[in-house]
Amino acid sequence: MESILAVHGVSKSFGGIRALDGCSLMVKKGAVVGIIGPNGAGKTTLFKIISGFEKPDTGRVIFNGEKIENMASFEIARKGLIRTFQIPKALTKLTVEENMLLATQFQYGERIWDVLLRSAEVKRQEEASIKKARALLEFFGLLHLKDEYAGALSGGQKKLLELARALMAEPKMLLLDEPFAGVNPTLAMRILELIKELRNSGMTILAIEHDMPMIMQLCDHIYVLNKGKVIASGTPEEVRANEQVVDAYLGGV
Amino acid sequence: MIEYIITVLLIAAIYALFSLGLNLEWGFTGLINFGHVAFFAIGAYTTVLLNLSGVPLLLSVIAGILLAGVCGGLLGIPTLKLRADYLAIVTIGFAEIIRFILLNEEWLTGGPMGVHGFSRPFQGLIQSDYNFFLLQVVLIVLVVCYLLLEKLIKSPWGRVLKSIREDEDVPTSLGKNVFYYKIQALVLGSMIAGLAGSLLAFYLQYINPRNFMPVETFYAWIAVVLGGSGNNRGTILGAIILWSFFSGTRFAQVYLPFSPTQMGALRILFIGLLLIIVMMFKPEGLLGKKEELTLEK
Repeated sequence: MESILAVHGVSKSFGGIRALDGCSLMVKKGAVVGIIGPNGAGKTTLFKIISGFEKPDTGRVIFNGEKIENMASFEIARKGLIRTFQIPKALTKLTVEENMLLATQFQYGERIWDVLLRSAEVKRQEEASIKKARALLEFFGLLHLKDEYAGALSGGQKKLLELARALMAEPKMLLLDEPFAGVNPTLAMRILELIKELRNSGMTILAIEHDMPMIMQLCDHIYVLNKGKVIASGTPEEVRANEQVVDAYLGGV
Repeated sequence: MIEYIITVLLIAAIYALFSLGLNLEWGFTGLINFGHVAFFAIGAYTTVLLNLSGVPLLLSVIAGILLAGVCGGLLGIPTLKLRADYLAIVTIGFAEIIRFILLNEEWLTGGPMGVHGFSRPFQGLIQSDYNFFLLQVVLIVLVVCYLLLEKLIKSPWGRVLKSIREDEDVPTSLGKNVFYYKIQALVLGSMIAGLAGSLLAFYLQYINPRNFMPVETFYAWIAVVLGGSGNNRGTILGAIILWSFFSGTRFAQVYLPFSPTQMGALRILFIGLLLIIVMMFKPEGLLGKKEELTLEK
């Protein structure tokens, strides 16, 4: 299968600290790929670079055949690469449904002139968005909360909302920043099932994760990062058997 | 007495319009503009100076609105990519630069003596009280602007602004060009201030730099915060309360044992007190929604 995302030799320093040191990885279309590594390994920096929230010092990022390492983050999102955040960023002062509607791509209603002069089309598009948002909220078990302010949601519900909102943007690929962090075990299982369902529907996913058992269950392929470098990669079984990985996690090296 | 009430309403309505511009920027988008008065001044001076040089009044007003919008956009380009506090500092500086230009470029602006002798809309045709006519014009403009803003705010466009107000990483991660929306809010807010400036000039008949002191910006802030940030009706209510209070205390002057200077200071003191009390008991403002409170506890 062809690759949808390729990272080639990406490096990034903050002052004297080398957060990423010639990091490369590849994600095939339809795959679920995980990035693991101890704290400070560079996972978050790599994620920010892929999603355009940081620019790399050197190296290339190719998404769907296009160089994206110098694109603005909103442009990368428009290409269909949608990220979530480790601490869920539900917009607490908007309702759950408004959070969802915000994610719809290429809305006429987001242009002043179209709001004022083409209200019929704006309304039609909005109605279609609402229908889609409600279907997704139902799938995520949040439909009964659609008119609540997102600030009233629990931490776990915010996590679900963020995932639902990302899907609302019809991404070609999802970047999930620690999808299981800070959720109780029951909800973690639910998120796991949801992500598996997404995979079955053909979604490509790249996830950072701390939770080893979860990521082992979920991913087809895993990259292990340590000190800004990929130190191992392979199937979950291969990675588990790798001594370097065990060392990095147990504080050796 | 009736003339007096008309005057109070006229001022309140002009400031309500001025404050609606700030509410779009701060209340809905979260932009901290401490130099809103600059666009008020640009609108007023552009209108009257063009009119004095022979341009028809309506065109002069439109030019004032457009120039205020262009200045808002130019100011936003270098500052809106930075953190919110930079915009606050730059806008204060910009407003003072504008005021000093008005004060010192006498060949253009008349300097401290200001400008007068420009025409007012339909001046020749109004037989009765002109202020009463102007009040009707201002009220129509206010209502039209209010309805347009409400339509925009309730649209997906307004939803993007509100998402920026809360956390611009979210709209960015969903493919919205946050910078472009901030510019739009600043340009539109400045255009509204420019229009309010033209109307102020028509009311005053004589404008000078003292009409555009930095404190005018903060009157708009008081109106917005008092009425409820992010609520257009609240902003209008806030402006009416503020200006009724200012004028009412001026009216009460004769019954109170204070000199005009003391009264001036007392007025500000009471407004400050009123704001503190409202913020203690209703931090979201009179008509604001608690759930949309912009400043966290």
